[in-house]
Amino acid sequence: MTPESTAGTTASKGTIRVLQLYPREMNIYGDWGNALVLQQRLKWHGYTPELLEYNVGDEFPEGVDIILGGGGQDSGQLVIQDDLQSRAGLLKGMAEDGTPMLLICGLYQLFGRFFKTRSGPVIPGIGVLNVETHGTDERLIGNVKVTTAEFGEVLGYENHSGQTTLGPGVEPLGTAAKGTGNNSSDGQEGARYRNIVASYLHGSLLPKNPAIADFLIRTAVERKYGSFAPGEADDRYAVLAREHAARRPR
Amino acid sequence: MFSLSVPLGKFVRRVSRLRGGGSAFPGLVVEKIDPGFMQRALSTLPHGVAVVSGTNGKTTTTKMVVELLESQGLKVFTNRTGSNFTRGVAAALIGDVDWRGRLDADIAVLELDEAHAVHFVNRVPPRYSLLLNVLRDQLDRFGEIDKTAQLLQHIASKTTGTVVLNREDPRVARIAGTLQGPEVLYFGLDDSLLGTFPSDDELRAGPGSPVPAVPERPQADVVLRRVGADDADFEYDGVTVTTGMKLRGVYNIFNAAAALALARSICGSGAATADHGTLLKALSEVAPAFGRGESLTVDGLPLDLVLVKNPSGFRLGLKSFPSGGYATMIAINDNYADGRDMSWLWDVDFDSLRAEGVDQVSGSRAYDMALRLQYDEVPIGAVDTDIPAALADFIRKGKGKPKRVFCTYTAMLAIRRELSKITTVEVVS
Repeated sequence: MTPESTAGTTASKGTIRVLQLYPREMNIYGDWGNALVLQQRLKWHGYTPELLEYNVGDEFPEGVDIILGGGGQDSGQLVIQDDLQSRAGLLKGMAEDGTPMLLICGLYQLFGRFFKTRSGPVIPGIGVLNVETHGTDERLIGNVKVTTAEFGEVLGYENHSGQTTLGPGVEPLGTAAKGTGNNSSDGQEGARYRNIVASYLHGSLLPKNPAIADFLIRTAVERKYGSFAPGEADDRYAVLAREHAARRPR
Repeated sequence: MFSLSVPLGKFVRRVSRLRGGGSAFPGLVVEKIDPGFMQRALSTLPHGVAVVSGTNGKTTTTKMVVELLESQGLKVFTNRTGSNFTRGVAAALIGDVDWRGRLDADIAVLELDEAHAVHFVNRVPPRYSLLLNVLRDQLDRFGEIDKTAQLLQHIASKTTGTVVLNREDPRVARIAGTLQGPEVLYFGLDDSLLGTFPSDDELRAGPGSPVPAVPERPQADVVLRRVGADDADFEYDGVTVTTGMKLRGVYNIFNAAAALALARSICGSGAATADHGTLLKALSEVAPAFGRGESLTVDGLPLDLVLVKNPSGFRLGLKSFPSGGYATMIAINDNYADGRDMSWLWDVDFDSLRAEGVDQVSGSRAYDMALRLQYDEVPIGAVDTDIPAALADFIRKGKGKPKRVFCTYTAMLAIRRELSKITTVEVVS
């Protein structure tokens, strides 16, 4: 049996508060995996993770260091819509201030300016990201491989019919080498703005892309404690899972 | 009407069997040359067609309904191969019809995949339908759970006689409100068992989050009151009866309530006089469908196969089959029939395996599974993507211990193929 990869018994280097946004509605594509990976890697790096949830109607917690947002069904997005609007100013302030955030699929779309549904109605976003999304009849489904400058090759799985286009000031996460990404025309996938990483990829995203997980952790720790001293992360399985995933068909 | 399609289909069936080919191929051939074949063969049945659909438990439930009806003396046609697509039904029909395309049966009970069921019911409106559940499964195929619920609603709307619905699955129970024609019956759970079946919306509700209030629920025709180690209590007609159960796993036993409700309805509408003694006896004798908690014998000790294909199924599987004393293997493939998206593994808690560890991890996504276990701090013995090699290693190292293999659909087929070389494995025609 392999040794377990846990941080030893040394004193914690500090506490990092990770907030999941609307985990009750926005959780359909293994979004829990992203929270779990941050929780465990924070421990491996010697920090104490504190996992928090924010659901519709809750009080917004203080001192949040990392925000996680996941994907939901159309019905779930309707449930959270008003509550999300009521938190728009707060979330925008945190984003501008440099709070690291990971936004997947549904919340990537709703953090943009708007989602124009296929049948006509426009769902307003909270405008944290200068991106817009248009519903289509085409569902983009399958394995995706993205080439990024910042995190190397990013691997995941997409499943969406909304197509997103980036506006000025927002950079793509990367370009799709396999699969579609943001939309079926420009070859771009995801978005980068300040310390926000937004993406259509699940799988979940962070387990097989530890570079993104460690970016979120490092940024959060540096903002809170000034500097980040990484611990030892055992990424043997992640490396092998990436090799095998990269070879799977679309 | 004489048609060449039947003899030709039978011929293709024989040839493709000799070649060891897929079970649905002859169906595809017949569908192509004679699109009306299936409809003609099924429309002559005196008690019509019953369709079983939903995310989890279709195969076992269909098997139960068939055995319950047979216990009442009915001759039942079914698609036993687990090939639950339209062409799979056509392929099974080709084997059973006479040379003129006539089917000698009282009723057909068919397991159909949600999406294919929609095409099927457009061509052959069923007299009965049984809708089990809508869970997170193969979202990469259907898009969203709500979309899958719409597929089931369509099946119900095409049903001419009786629709049997799961009262405890909100997305299924809600279908009742959309129906005008058919009669609606429910199967349900005792309040004390509701917590065993988290609905998909509650999958990730953390500890301490409020339990959603149970809304006013309609009267159910059959209610599962209690599940014991090898028996269960069902309530119907105002009486609670206890019966022994060969099936294991709470979810299988809940589906027994579903099967009982459908079989009672079919008998009640004149097909046969339901004899409760023989119905319950038949229910107690139903063995698991292949791979669904099926127990084989290797080196004189049991080896259980537990099919897992979505988070709720995997969670219930881990709950129903505790790992204590067992050697455990997990095999995860990502072929089309398994679902290509691996996200679902992250919605299953593997804490219950931490104490004993997992001896062997295999399948095309073995390393995704190993990574998942690592993050739940579950010790891992060995990882090998090659299923035959991994299984041989697992059996060799696990000598003297009962074994359990959790596997996705195509991984299960590969494992059964390997096991058939060393032990008795039921041949599924």
